Amino acid sequence: MSERLEKGLTALRGQMDSKVESFFSSCVNCGICAESCLFYTETKDPRYTPIYKTEPLRKLWKQEYSFWGKFSSKLGFTKTFKESDLADWEELVYDGCSMCGRCSMVCPMGIDIADIIARVKQGLSAAGYTPQDLVGAANRTLEFGSPMGNILPALKAHIKHIEADTGLTVPFDIEGADYMVTISANEVVTFPEYIGAITRIFAHANVSWTISSEAFEATNSGLQMGNNTIATELVGRIVAAAEKLKVKNVVSPECGHAYAAIRWNGPNYLGKKYTFGVVHILELLDELYRSGRIKTSGMETSRMTFHDPCQIVRRGGVAAQPRELLASVASDVTEMSDHGRMNWCCGGGGGVSANERAEELRIQVFNRKKSQLDEIKVETMVTACSNCRTVLEDGLDANDMDMEVLGLTELIADHLVENEALVGS
Amino acid sequence: MIANFIDGPLWYFSLFVFFAGVMLRLGSIIFSKHKVDLSVARGPEAPGAFRTIFSRFLPDKGMYPHIKLQVIAGYIFHLGLFAVIFFAAPHIKFFDEHFLGFSWTALPHWGFIFAAQLAFLGLILLWLQRVINPVSRLISKTGDHISSILTFIVLLTGCLALLESFSSLRLLHRFSVELFLIYFPFSSLMHAFTFIPSRAFTGAWFGRRGIKS
Ligand code: SF4
Ligand code: SF4
Repeated sequence: MSERLEKGLTALRGQMDSKVESFFSSCVNCGICAESCLFYTETKDPRYTPIYKTEPLRKLWKQEYSFWGKFSSKLGFTKTFKESDLADWEELVYDGCSMCGRCSMVCPMGIDIADIIARVKQGLSAAGYTPQDLVGAANRTLEFGSPMGNILPALKAHIKHIEADTGLTVPFDIEGADYMVTISANEVVTFPEYIGAITRIFAHANVSWTISSEAFEATNSGLQMGNNTIATELVGRIVAAAEKLKVKNVVSPECGHAYAAIRWNGPNYLGKKYTFGVVHILELLDELYRSGRIKTSGMETSRMTFHDPCQIVRRGGVAAQPRELLASVASDVTEMSDHGRMNWCCGGGGGVSANERAEELRIQVFNRKKSQLDEIKVETMVTACSNCRTVLEDGLDANDMDMEVLGLTELIADHLVENEALVGS
Repeated sequence: MIANFIDGPLWYFSLFVFFAGVMLRLGSIIFSKHKVDLSVARGPEAPGAFRTIFSRFLPDKGMYPHIKLQVIAGYIFHLGLFAVIFFAAPHIKFFDEHFLGFSWTALPHWGFIFAAQLAFLGLILLWLQRVINPVSRLISKTGDHISSILTFIVLLTGCLALLESFSSLRLLHRFSVELFLIYFPFSSLMHAFTFIPSRAFTGAWFGRRGIKS
């Protein structure tokens, strides 16, 4: 057995626990999960069936943990693991799964299939079967602080503009702030208006906030790759910065997987509870809106819909807040047929959008979103994740669809009641 | 001699394997490593677990049109099977005499025939779906087919035994039940028990995040 295969199998063995045991004991191979997965519905390729993507772990479980497996290996009947048992799954798991978790909502046995796929990634990544683009993004983050390299100069340049335009100050490294804001590289590079928006909203609502110059990048390539060591290191940087600045809360950016990494997985990666709270930016905005600290005026009148980012809504539980916020500034909002916890993914989550090899497939599975949009005929799609936004824009372009895509935070900022007294404060 | 063996030692052996095997399998779920989640919960886990144990009996509305066959055939099969196992007169008599010491109202003869036909129909449809649909064909294992065939044989011999009431048919039925019981704990038939912890784990996870699953 090669060293890389051994490493992969060891990592997979480390994933076995009571959940895996009960999940694999329950699967009746009914195939229902296929119909929930856009990679299957849009390609009709049975290999994209969610539970099939877990095959490497399932095979190992069957062989080493089930009665028949143990019994047959005693009799010498076990088929040996081959490199192809891992290698052949790289494309299925990394290109053909956006970790959206829709399959986990429909399995009649209650199997959290997305959770098992995440475990399979641990094995593939340990064996080195990870798309090069994800490995590169992780290495750049480790070395330069972000998957797009060192973006601190770009961030500072944007902030300079924002400060000049608004007369506001973006606070860096303020000790004891109520909220330490984290950002995703995509927000800095592609959607810098997000940073301007939060600056205006926080000034408007008089929020005590800061950005750490040491750890502002919240995306986590380690999570996307399935490499817990890297994921832990990246979350650890934010936690260290938050502890150093003694902030009360860390604010996750809109980016869905960044939220999953810092809010839900982080304490488990680090093996300790945080000394601060973690809120998603939409949770914070909603709280400010409900308490009357955000006051908006005027309504968007174009026909709009909201695209639910999977990791924020279905896997993150932030479903009501975006709807409440959107309703406060838009008068004509129509829901897609499947929305909220049953939304369809944009197709680019889980590292798919960072993986160039998967581009053709990603555009193909966008047909699911296209069908949803065709049904409701809206002019504008609002979302709350910069990654979804990029992927949605790509998909719309590829299909010649004329539709605007907006970020919810920016939309709220555009409707703030003007408060001259705040400018320059 | 064979009759004595089937009614005697083999019966006790199959019961032993069934109960011990099921306990062992459930024990391996309960006593396997269980990771403690250190993130701050947004909602309680227990109600989420409880909810999901029941909510997954019904398919999601949007999904239903795409999985009609599995849902309808699944219900027909499981309800028919349940009725046949627990409401066929000979079974009630058997449970009364050997295990429980009390009985309940049995299905009338036509009710039994109807329930058995439902079970057959559901089982055959599910199996056809398994072999014809490219998805289920790809993911199905040999064990799934063995389970289907064994269940079919148990049902068939049971019907024949009841309708014809020859002793040899009753023996054949008992023998097939014994094979079924022995096979049960080592197969995906275990889902009859493990669906509960499986749904509970997932429901708890979602409950913790404040999501209805
Ligand atoms: S829906 Fe659940 S039980 Fe059916 S094949 Fe998928 S994982 Fe297995
Ligand atoms: S997580 Fe989403 S993309 Fe991945 S298998 Fe499940 S439904 Fe498909």
